[in-house]
Parts: sequence; structure tokens; C-alpha cells
Amino acid sequence: MSRQERTKGRRDAIGVGVALLNRLANSRAIDRLGLRKQTERAVFEATRTGFRTAGALTRSFTAAAKHAQPSRLPAAKGTGRFDLTPTEDQQMVVEVVREFAAEVLRPAAADADTACATDPKVIEQSAELGLSLIEVPEDLGGIVTERSAMTGVLVSEAMAHGDLGQAVACLAPAAVSTAISLWGDQTQQATYLPAFTGSSVPAAALAILEPRPLFDPFTLRTRWDRGRLTGMKSLVPRGADAELLVIAAQVGEQGPALFLVESRHPGVTIEAEPAMGLRAASLSRVILEDVPAVQLGTFEDYAACVRLSRLGWCALSLGTAKAVLDYVTPYVNTRTAFGEPISHRQSVAFMVANIGIELEGMRLVTYRAGSRAEQGLPFAREVALARRLCTDKGMQIGTDGVQLLGGHGFVKDHPVERWYRDLRAIGVMEGGVLV
Amino acid sequence: MINLETPRKFRAFVNQAHQVAAEMLRPNSRKYDLAEHAYPVELDMLAAMVDGLGASGTGSGAGAGGVRRPADAADGVVNGSNLSSVLSIMEMCWGDVGLLLSMPRQGLGNSAIASVASDEQLRRFDGVWAAMAITEPGCGSDSASIRTTARLDGDSYLLDGEKIFVTAGGRCDAVVVWATLDKSLGRAAIKSFVVPKGTPGMTVERLDHKLGIRASDTATIRFENCRVPAGNLLGSPEIDTGKGFAGVMQTFDNTRPLVAAMAVGVARASMELTRELLAGAGVEVDYDRPVHRQPAAAASYLAMEADWEAAYLLTLQAAWMADNGRPNSLQASMAKAKAGRTANDITLRCVELTAPLGYSENHLLEKWARDSKILDIFEGTQQIQQLIVARRLLGKTSAELR
Repeated sequence: MSRQERTKGRRDAIGVGVALLNRLANSRAIDRLGLRKQTERAVFEATRTGFRTAGALTRSFTAAAKHAQPSRLPAAKGTGRFDLTPTEDQQMVVEVVREFAAEVLRPAAADADTACATDPKVIEQSAELGLSLIEVPEDLGGIVTERSAMTGVLVSEAMAHGDLGQAVACLAPAAVSTAISLWGDQTQQATYLPAFTGSSVPAAALAILEPRPLFDPFTLRTRWDRGRLTGMKSLVPRGADAELLVIAAQVGEQGPALFLVESRHPGVTIEAEPAMGLRAASLSRVILEDVPAVQLGTFEDYAACVRLSRLGWCALSLGTAKAVLDYVTPYVNTRTAFGEPISHRQSVAFMVANIGIELEGMRLVTYRAGSRAEQGLPFAREVALARRLCTDKGMQIGTDGVQLLGGHGFVKDHPVERWYRDLRAIGVMEGGVLV
Repeated sequence: MINLETPRKFRAFVNQAHQVAAEMLRPNSRKYDLAEHAYPVELDMLAAMVDGLGASGTGSGAGAGGVRRPADAADGVVNGSNLSSVLSIMEMCWGDVGLLLSMPRQGLGNSAIASVASDEQLRRFDGVWAAMAITEPGCGSDSASIRTTARLDGDSYLLDGEKIFVTAGGRCDAVVVWATLDKSLGRAAIKSFVVPKGTPGMTVERLDHKLGIRASDTATIRFENCRVPAGNLLGSPEIDTGKGFAGVMQTFDNTRPLVAAMAVGVARASMELTRELLAGAGVEVDYDRPVHRQPAAAASYLAMEADWEAAYLLTLQAAWMADNGRPNSLQASMAKAKAGRTANDITLRCVELTAPLGYSENHLLEKWARDSKILDIFEGTQQIQQLIVARRLLGKTSAELR
């Protein structure tokens, strides 16, 4: 059933998969952009690592209000059963994303890491998969009729199995469309969401982090005062491209909240901020000086945003940690030392076993948080535990991945050194992604 | 649909188990820790009640009897007796691990019977309290090298050998004994036999004094020309060298999640009391603030709770897979490995965090820290679980990865 033909009837959470597949099949298959078997790739904008620029200015968002009330997704209705099976539609979505991750993201990962940028074609194609629609209500041009945080978790996990850095680059606009659909008022939804549901999804980013030690998202130095924002945001994905920013800032003595900023304002300056990893996400600093901004959601919504963003990072860590396990398994089975495969030694085999055990634990704890969020249950505790686990065990898996390859793990002939750098981000990052 | 909450239909049942743990096991916890080898008479009445729960349908008692795999779970997602068993064991072990292990008719031998017995045997051994006897003085983790023998003599077997570390071996009605039909044929020849107490030639030689779970008796049992009917052999009497160890080892896929559940339960007990004591000392745990902006004790608590949550969910996963007829050897071992080491670590760290309150006998924290150690040892040590997980992930045989 195409979107055009579909006029009546409720699309349950479950329609998501079909809708995504349909978009993919209808519009352009992976092959059309010729990304599958690219033999040669230019290094895109290698100079980006040193830029300093004004905010991107390409399109103007026209203020509009066509609904009397903001559209809100209801919580997904649970079955009351313990169940680890994704819905059929989630399975289909994940299958498509997994293929994209394996055939597009993974082969491009090393070059994107070097270039500090994700190929625009890759981003365009990920947009065609409908990644920014997963949390946008159907009546606003999205594809869901209830909360679908769990689908977001599964998609992020599948993307990061290909490459964490490019996954973040591709998912960054979805963080903004999700934030606006979850917390925006009717004017904000009507003004900004059409761009995300149209044919060319704008670059956009959710910026929470600030550059200082012991950063706490509930104690911000970026301030909102009389309608204007001033401050500095750190490690913002694709900051230089972003046309729309969602910025976390302190409101007087009241607490932190989110604000919408169109980055073409002259008070917005973007600086490159390349990091240890996530290089394909073109991380940037965003400097705001007296920039007009409107509040997005309440103080409680901001706390939910911080939690859902952390959940997104946990989901990403699952994919990359699984990539490590999948890579080291055949390696230790074929690499020989002292006359037999090194996997015949317990010191090696037990490292692999522990990667498997801890990864499975990370996955289940993250899934529980995602499933609770989707069902409208409190999930602060579950997110905190998932973050702790994915930070500690995820990094352990990253470092063990390099260790198991020895010196070969340290050089760029193998991807484990990149995964090591990327996995260090999990406990550090706030914002950027959202499920 | 992915959902990792306690199933709605088990909530009342889980609460019931919690009430029993709080009102019956906890109040007797210290008493039987101090009076090692005294029979916990309170449990007889409780066991009758648990039998009642088991017969009532959804619930499956304290668990051990309820791990039989459903013949077909093809139609839809099943939340069955494996899941309800681990949930109830978690609650009971939040009360007291040693007392749970002393629950009449809920022994690990009952799990073995439930897992591999024929329907006829199931009927015959219904209501029997069965202990499990595998370990010998000369072999623990390497259970393939047991020396206890079983000789076919007419329509019965004659058992000879010595078993140690038999949980509930003194109090049980029967023991499920691992013995070999022919040592030259290796693992495939190892079979399990139900030996009722009082069978001539079977002697309970001594009870061990232990670090923890003192409420539970641990026995050494000797078999000398001990004659049991051939019909007491569980599973097939054929020696199928192609199938190897599979027959008797299948029990572990079912019992390991149960032991993991015990670990999850005792760890939760420690964490709850520690959190209460920390709150009294002015330390609150905040789930939103970065850990590095919180007191070190709170950060330490969060790290423990994260590991606990992983152990808890791994255990539920293994049980859920069994309920749904999916092979779960890998997940059962993952759950046992994670829960065993996590519970030991948590209970020990809780003693450290609560300082003299935790180390002294004022509270049960020091006891839980002693009880937890065995959970990383019996039903397969931490190292054995890691071996199993590694072999599965790497596709290695036990000959290649030893």
C-alpha cells in the first residue's frame, strides 16, 4: 500500500516497517546511487578539520500553524508478556538498515574517518530510508501513530554495526525531528517538520554538551535570557551543515530546557572540533552570541530528552560492540601461534566469551529501557543503568578487540582501532542522537 | 513486541513468593546460619504451601520442579514455568539462599527428573525430594571423568562409588546419581540414576561445615553394591557415543538459570539494604546526574546496579527461551557466568560500603557475602561457564578448546 493510496485506517507502530520499506522500494534502491560497489572515492572535504565558518544558510523555514494543537504520539500498548521478539515490522526495518550498514556504511567507514566527514550521498540515501520519520506522527507526514523508541534503538544498533561515526552523521537530523514531534508546539511542528518529511532532509543537530570537565547536562553555562541564547556547545554532529539546531540552555534560575535555533543567524559560529573518534560525524563546536531562540518543550521534557539521547548512544554502542565480536571471532580462529589457533588458549577464548556475555547484558538492559520508554513507563533508572553498562563494558570490548589482534589491532589495516576510538564516546556524549 | 517487564500474569505470584521470603525465610535466616545442620522445621509447613502453589497452575512453586520444557510452544510467545520459576527463586533467595536450597521437594535433582525423565518416571517420582550427586573427591568441573560405576545385574543396576557436595543430601528422599556404565566409553556412558534413601548399600557419611548457605546441608554419600531398579535410570540406557554427553548435560540448560536466579536474588537483598543504609548516611543515588558528580559510594552503587540489571535480564532471557522451546545452552551459561560473578562482587562490595554494619553480624550483609560465593561455583564454575560460552561463540569442540 503506497502512502498516497493509504488514507483511512490506523497504522499501528507496526506499520512502520512496511512504510519504510515502501519508501525505499518506491523511491530509489540502494543501487541507484551507485554506492554499493564504489571503486573509487574522493576524499571529501579533507580540509574540514580546520574550518571556522558561519552557520549553514540554505533554506528558510516559514512559520506556520495548521493544527490547533500539537500532535502527540501515545505510548505503545504493551502485551503484558515478557518477550524478546521484535515485531515483524521492526524485523523488516532492521533488515533494511542492516543491509545499508553492511553494504554502504562499513565499506565507506575508513575513508569517512580519515575525511572527518560522511559522504553526502550516504547521508542522502540514509534520509531516503526514512530515518528521520521513525518518531514523527503520521498526521505530520511521518510514519507512526504511537511512540516507537524501541524501533529507534534497533535502528541505531543496526546502523552502528556498519560504522558508528557515519551512523551518528546520518541519525543527527532525526534527533531534531524527534525532539520537535515529541515536545514541539503546533507552530513549531508545522514550521519545521515538513522539511524533515519532504524529499530533502535538512542537516540538523541536537546540542547539549559543553566543553568542560565533569560536564553535567543539568548544570549548563549556555544561557537563555530574554529570548536570546549565549554560550558554547561541544561535539555537535555535522554542526557546519546544520540548518536547524536544538540547543540546551539554562533559563534563569529555573533550570535547563531545549531551544530551537535557525543557524543562519549571524550570532552563530561553527568551529571544527575533531575528536578521538566519531570522526565521520564532523563534530563541531557551536558558539552562540545573542542568538534569538524559542523554547522547545518543558523542563521535564528536557530531562526526558537527556535520557532518550543517552539511550540512543547505548543503542549505538551495541552495534559497534557486536562489530568487534564479529570481527575478532574469525580472527582468533585463524591466527596461529605456538602451532595452533590462538583461540585454543583460554586466555584468548575467555576474552571472547566475556565480550559475548557483557554485550548480551548491555543489549538486554538497553532494550528494557527502550521498551519502557515506548510504553510510557518511567525509564530514568533503566537508562542510567544502560549507560553505565554500555560505557564500561562497551569500552572494555573496544580495548579487548584491539588486544586480541595484538600489533595488528593497533594499525589501520583493521577496523578495531577505529571501534576502540568510537566506543570511548559512549560515556562522554550527550545529545546528538535521540530515540 | 519487545517487553522485559515481569509478565502481568505472574505479578501476583511473584508477590506471594516475596511475602513468603520476607515473613518466613528472612526471620529464620540468622538462626540457621548459626545453627548449621539443624533442620529448619519451619520449611515443612512452607513446602506444603509451595506444593499447593505449584499445583494451582501458573505458579510453579519455588521452581526446581517446574523446568520441564513444553512439548510445543509453536503458537505464540510463551511465558511459562521456566520464567515463573526464576522469578520466584529470585524472591525466595532475596529471603535466604540456604533455606531455599532446603525446601523439601524443590531440589536440583527434581530439576533433573523434570528435565529428562519419561512420563512414567515423572509419575513414579512425583512428590519425591531429590538431591543431585555429581561431584566426587577426585573430580569436580571435569564431570566426564567420574569414577562411580553402574553395573547391569539382571533387571537392576549396582552402583559403586563416592559422591561429595550433595546439596540436601542428608535431608532428601532420593538422590539423582551420575555414574558410568563403562569408563572406557567416556562421556556417552555416563547416566543418571534415581536412588531412594534407605536403599541398602547407600550411606550418608558426613555433613560439611561451610563458608555460607549453612542452612542447607551438604553431604558425602557412599554407594557400595547399591542395587537400584533398571527403571530408575533417567533417559536412554543406550550408550550412544555419537551423542556424547548430551543426555545428562541437558539438565544444566534448565538448572543454570535457576542458580543464576539465586544469585540475582541474594544480590538484590544486599543492594536494597545497602541503599537504605547509605541513604541514612546522607548518600542518595541519582539516575540522571553524571556519576562523576555524585559521591563515590553512589557511583559505586550505580555500577553494581547496572551489572545486576544485566544479570537479572540474562537470567530471564535464558528461562524465556526454554519456555519457548529454543535451544538456550549459550544463554544459560551466559546468565550463570554473569549472575554468579556479579552477585559475589556486589555482596562483597556492599560489605565494604556499609563498613562495620556490613561486616558484623548486626545485619545479614556479611552472611549474604558468604552465601554468594557458592553461586559462582556450583552447577558449573565461572570458568566452566566461560569455556562453554567460548566454545559456542568460537565454534570449538571440547577437544580443541580445553
